[in-house]
Amino acid sequence: MTERWNIPLMLAPALIIIVGLFLGGLALGLVGSFGYMPFIGREEFNLDAYRSILSSEGFYRSFLLTFHIAFTSTVIASAIALGAALALRRSFYGRTFISFLFQINLTVPHLVGAVGILYLFSQSGFFARLAYEFELISKPSEFPAMIYDPLAIGIILQYVWKEVPFIGLILLANMQTIGKDYEAAARSLGASRWQSFRHVLLPLLTPGLLAAAMIVFAFTFGAYEIPALLGQNYPAALPVLAYQSFTHVDLHARPEAFAMTMIIALLSAAMIMGYAYLSRRHVRT
Amino acid sequence: MAPGKNGQGLPTLVWFSLALLVTWLILPLLPLAVWSVSRSWYFPDLLPSAYSARAWTYVFSPTSDILPALGRTALIALGATFLSALVGLPAGRALGLYQFRGKAIVELLILAPTIVPGIAVALGLHVVFLKLGLAGTAGGVVIVHLIPTLPYMVLVMAGIFSNYNPDAEAQARSLGAGYFQTFYYVTLPAILPGLLIGSLFAFLVSWSQYILTLLIGSGRVVTLPLLLFNFASAGRNDITGAISIIYILPGILLLFLGARHLTGRNRTLENLKQI
Repeated sequence: MTERWNIPLMLAPALIIIVGLFLGGLALGLVGSFGYMPFIGREEFNLDAYRSILSSEGFYRSFLLTFHIAFTSTVIASAIALGAALALRRSFYGRTFISFLFQINLTVPHLVGAVGILYLFSQSGFFARLAYEFELISKPSEFPAMIYDPLAIGIILQYVWKEVPFIGLILLANMQTIGKDYEAAARSLGASRWQSFRHVLLPLLTPGLLAAAMIVFAFTFGAYEIPALLGQNYPAALPVLAYQSFTHVDLHARPEAFAMTMIIALLSAAMIMGYAYLSRRHVRT
Repeated sequence: MAPGKNGQGLPTLVWFSLALLVTWLILPLLPLAVWSVSRSWYFPDLLPSAYSARAWTYVFSPTSDILPALGRTALIALGATFLSALVGLPAGRALGLYQFRGKAIVELLILAPTIVPGIAVALGLHVVFLKLGLAGTAGGVVIVHLIPTLPYMVLVMAGIFSNYNPDAEAQARSLGAGYFQTFYYVTLPAILPGLLIGSLFAFLVSWSQYILTLLIGSGRVVTLPLLLFNFASAGRNDITGAISIIYILPGILLLFLGARHLTGRNRTLENLKQI
């Protein structure tokens, strides 16, 4: 191929942008977390920011809350998505329509979903009104708090709402690639429907499901706007805490903001490694 | 038909669960639409006690900042999409057509920005953009939006070029076509559908950004999601509803146009996480 020598040239502009902006931004965040910020005249280099956040109770509470949000959302969304994908791959009356509705929120920005959840689940929201209608509550404050609450139920509901179609469609695509032959073979050898799912289809789906779950986990761990809108002030989710420290009037809080985002980045790096490992192993479409 | 089956072979319980799930997926969008036309909707009314077009009148009034924000959001997204296509097309071609040393590393590097949360990158970039005079400008926001849009475009184009046969280009060249003629008459028509879908989604990825715009725009580049957040936190539910409807329209339209392109292409799907 005459074009081969061109490969570095074709890749260069994209790589320059990604290395410059993405890796550059991460690198600046890293040195910033060591307190090195020459642009604002600080040239120290130490681990004070990490020491400071790791010895503060607020950080731990934020970290645990964020982990809880990301983990719970990912597990619930994955389970529902798996069930939905299993149903949607079968043929039934109204399948085209239901499949279309299933993907409708795929292009709806997270923030819009968060506002919708707010209007449904707040203490004066639609479900609270419904509860009043059925005389389950007599005033808004009797409705269980799901917004600005310590368990972050509203945030988790929003992520589950948004991620079920995302994971579900990835699973459906994987199922299409895998085909039904393996299961049919298992069934013809006497496996029950549950056995052919549990021992044949599920192991084949697992790499794809885990890869999708890792993307969702990294996203839900690092997203700012959803916990900023639906979450309580203390403890706030880690990205919210990082943003608050970054915009704090006291510039000394900045290295701590950088340190927190580095912890978020480290976690997502682990997810990328897992994803890369799994996507190399599983059947490529 | 077997007992307990609905239509062709879905147990009633499964069919019901699926219908419930789909209802739940649409449910959060409904109060937004109702709020946008309500005048007063107080607890415990299940439906508004009075309707009005107040929110929509406000949206389209020359004094509100919603239409300018809409234009700004669209222009930023168009800019980011155009630049991504310009840079992402050759990179996607290299990745889709050829095997070379270090390809796995390049792919990983391009994939990484779609997974690492924007806040981790944008905090570090902020001070540089400030020094360069790009912070607080729409241009700066376009540049920082390339972080999520460019990888998306590269991966989509790589997928398209992996099913592309470059032999026709060689034939055109041997018949005397120049480089740009070959691209315009041979390559472009072949990749155009994919390029369009990729561009539409890159547009949507930029359209959905919140934290990158907030940080690099320093709050001065007011896009639709920033307005939406402000009105939602301020409790102006009617205007929030109206902005939400406008804000989701391009995505819903795109879904009607491109629904069939969504299913069955793994790579494309996985990168939708950016929306």
